[in-house]
Amino acid sequence: MSLLRGGVFLAGVGGQGILLASEILGEAFLRSGYDVKKSEVHGMAQRGGAVTTHLRFGPRVYAPLIEPGTADLLIAFEKLEALRFLHFLKPGGTVLVNAQEIPPAPVSSGQARYPERIEERLREATPDVHVLDALGAALALHEVRAVNMVMTGAASHFLPLAEAKYLEALAARLPTRFVEVNTRAFRAGRALVVPPDAGRGGYADDGVPAHGGDR
Amino acid sequence: MSVESQANLRLLSGNEAIARGAYEAGVTVAAAYPGTPSTEILESLADYDGVHAEWAPNEKVAVEVALGAAMAGARALAAMKHVGVNVAADPIFTASYTGVRGGLVIVTADDPEMHSSQNEQDNRHYAVAAKIPMLEPADSAETKAYTKLAFALSERFDTPVFLRTTTRIAHATGVVPLEAVEPPPIPPGFVEEPAKWVMLPVNARRRHVVVEERMRALRGFAETFEGNRIEWGDRSLGVVTAGVAYQYVREAFPNASILKLGMVHPLPDGLVREFAAGVQRLVVVEELDPVIETHVKAMGIRAEGKDRVPLLGELNTRVVRQAVSGEAPPLREPADVPPRPPNLCAGCPHRSLFFALNKCKVTVTGDIGCYTLSALPPLKSMDTCVCMGASIGNALGIEKALGPTARGKVVAVIGDSTFVHSGITGLINVVYNRGFSTVIILDNGTTAMTGAQDHPGTGKTLQAQPTHRLDLEALCRAVGVEHVYTVNPHDQAATEARLRRELARDAPSVIIARAPCVLLPEHRAENRPAFEVVAELCNGCKACGKLGCPAIEWIPLTPEEAVAAGKKATQKGIVRINRLLCDGCNLCPDVCKMRGIVEVGT
Repeated sequence: MSLLRGGVFLAGVGGQGILLASEILGEAFLRSGYDVKKSEVHGMAQRGGAVTTHLRFGPRVYAPLIEPGTADLLIAFEKLEALRFLHFLKPGGTVLVNAQEIPPAPVSSGQARYPERIEERLREATPDVHVLDALGAALALHEVRAVNMVMTGAASHFLPLAEAKYLEALAARLPTRFVEVNTRAFRAGRALVVPPDAGRGGYADDGVPAHGGDR
Repeated sequence: MSVESQANLRLLSGNEAIARGAYEAGVTVAAAYPGTPSTEILESLADYDGVHAEWAPNEKVAVEVALGAAMAGARALAAMKHVGVNVAADPIFTASYTGVRGGLVIVTADDPEMHSSQNEQDNRHYAVAAKIPMLEPADSAETKAYTKLAFALSERFDTPVFLRTTTRIAHATGVVPLEAVEPPPIPPGFVEEPAKWVMLPVNARRRHVVVEERMRALRGFAETFEGNRIEWGDRSLGVVTAGVAYQYVREAFPNASILKLGMVHPLPDGLVREFAAGVQRLVVVEELDPVIETHVKAMGIRAEGKDRVPLLGELNTRVVRQAVSGEAPPLREPADVPPRPPNLCAGCPHRSLFFALNKCKVTVTGDIGCYTLSALPPLKSMDTCVCMGASIGNALGIEKALGPTARGKVVAVIGDSTFVHSGITGLINVVYNRGFSTVIILDNGTTAMTGAQDHPGTGKTLQAQPTHRLDLEALCRAVGVEHVYTVNPHDQAATEARLRRELARDAPSVIIARAPCVLLPEHRAENRPAFEVVAELCNGCKACGKLGCPAIEWIPLTPEEAVAAGKKATQKGIVRINRLLCDGCNLCPDVCKMRGIVEVGT
């Protein structure tokens, strides 16, 4: 078993908990012996605007930003945002998208229309598109804020880590009182997606061993 | 990797790494004013035992506090965003002359691409201008190491030290090994030494000599500093780079030779010459200004740089590859989708104030904060925004230029935290110079834009300890404003009436528009009403859309859908209120002429 190399692009809307989701993913990679970098933007950009996180993992990671056209996995917490950042995905990469629609200001005010046929447009770009109702799953747990962990659980099928590592990361990063509901949300998300065929999801393999290597 | 060593690894942002590094270096005093991308440094430091971490009213005060602590032998840190250094430049330039006793580190967090800033200045120029050494780390692990090194250098060379980050260092996360705290080497105590601390001209002239000697010594240090290193590779391409740009160069040209500079001022001339002589083609890759490039060229070395590498915005791997090699792999076109600009939150008290102010049809000089977003459509309520505190001076300047015709036509708008930061002197000036400005202080009880930090007007410290609460009304009266009124901006009628009265007044006046930021926990904990649209009453006039509230959503209808919904075929749509977003501010019901917006359940 060797350490693979890849990039995960997370996109959504301020307030959806993307920063926490990427923190859990990053922590799970760290706990699996990976080097990992992630990059995000705070401040004015966060006020209800589009929010993104770049997460890169491997035996050794240099740049904190994913180069456009190279992300292995695009996790979109909102449908329109999947389309907005699709150009970050590598050819044949995986798109995991929450079916939720949150109209941006120009749509709310009637100056623009929410794009149609988003699912088809995503499928035109790559065959590997998975749409799930993360909001529904979170509401079923009576915790609307758990959308992020539902998405994280679903995403775990497409990442080269053991399930236990995400749960360890959750327990390490969250206040105790939030661990249980978030663990349930993670499992609910995992159950929402049909696992892909076993394999490595097309991640680059430089043959660097997982243990005994120097970070 | 051993189990123990892995147990000491943490994922830290650059800002958290600075805090951890300062803690490990034995820092006991730290001060800052919040500013993206630097804010989390002090928030993180506040969690460590034995550190007095404080929010200062502005960056100048933060540096003065940190310098005072360093005078008393403590290791001290001041942190700020790039434009904060402009505010703090006065003490910084002279701290270069006084030097320190305990180590003094000044963090400047620059914001290439202006993710959350009003300009894109490159603060490496400050290091050159103030004759202060500057370290620039390239990831979180290096950020912690350089923070500790900066304190040691500060004491060794008797100088403040700049630590420069950029957004992709400050808000990027990487793996950092934790280490134990080392006790600082200097015992606390203020030692009288007027020739060093009292910068009368007679002393300052002597200290300038010391400064120049120090810079000479630092140039020598730069030659052997391990953070300035040559990574020899293929000699056909040699890249000089620093900071996060190093990472992009490494990705784009894994085989190139690289001179990686961890210290960007002063630069190691000998190392640069050695590197330049060892490669066939020399390119300087740096974000923003050609600081390194200009230095290299002044040494008489031929190099490429800003003729290829963009001067504007931040770099990334693709941009660097294209700039240096001309290669750009084909890319899918970004989809043409509606933008999602940032917006004032649902229920934001600023929206209520600006909606009332828009009815007065005045020129609005603005300031720095969430409320600057009111300049965007549909509110479009702000006419200027320059820097912290500028609104009040700008308003008086417009008045003085236009004379009496400006009366009732100009108003300054400034947030509570921004007013304390640098609006008070502007207000004193309005009174002193016989102006008639109306100043509106938007008092939402927090520094909201940067994520709700306390300030002197909230009555709480960085650690949320109760402290004296600055009385804004009393302060404004004390500087000579006789007409000071407080309104609740959610009360539209009273707010509009007060605005009209004060705008017309031939004397300075202050209106404090006070209502809490909707993101404050105490506001969120309140049980608040929600509003809904009575679909039968909505005629699609879009009057409520003028509020720009994110909870108010326009649902377009085709003529068939309109008829099916019981509307005229010509009605283009109806409005819906998103229950998950509505904050119950009660602004929209009065805007609807059809009286079609009602409290849920009525």
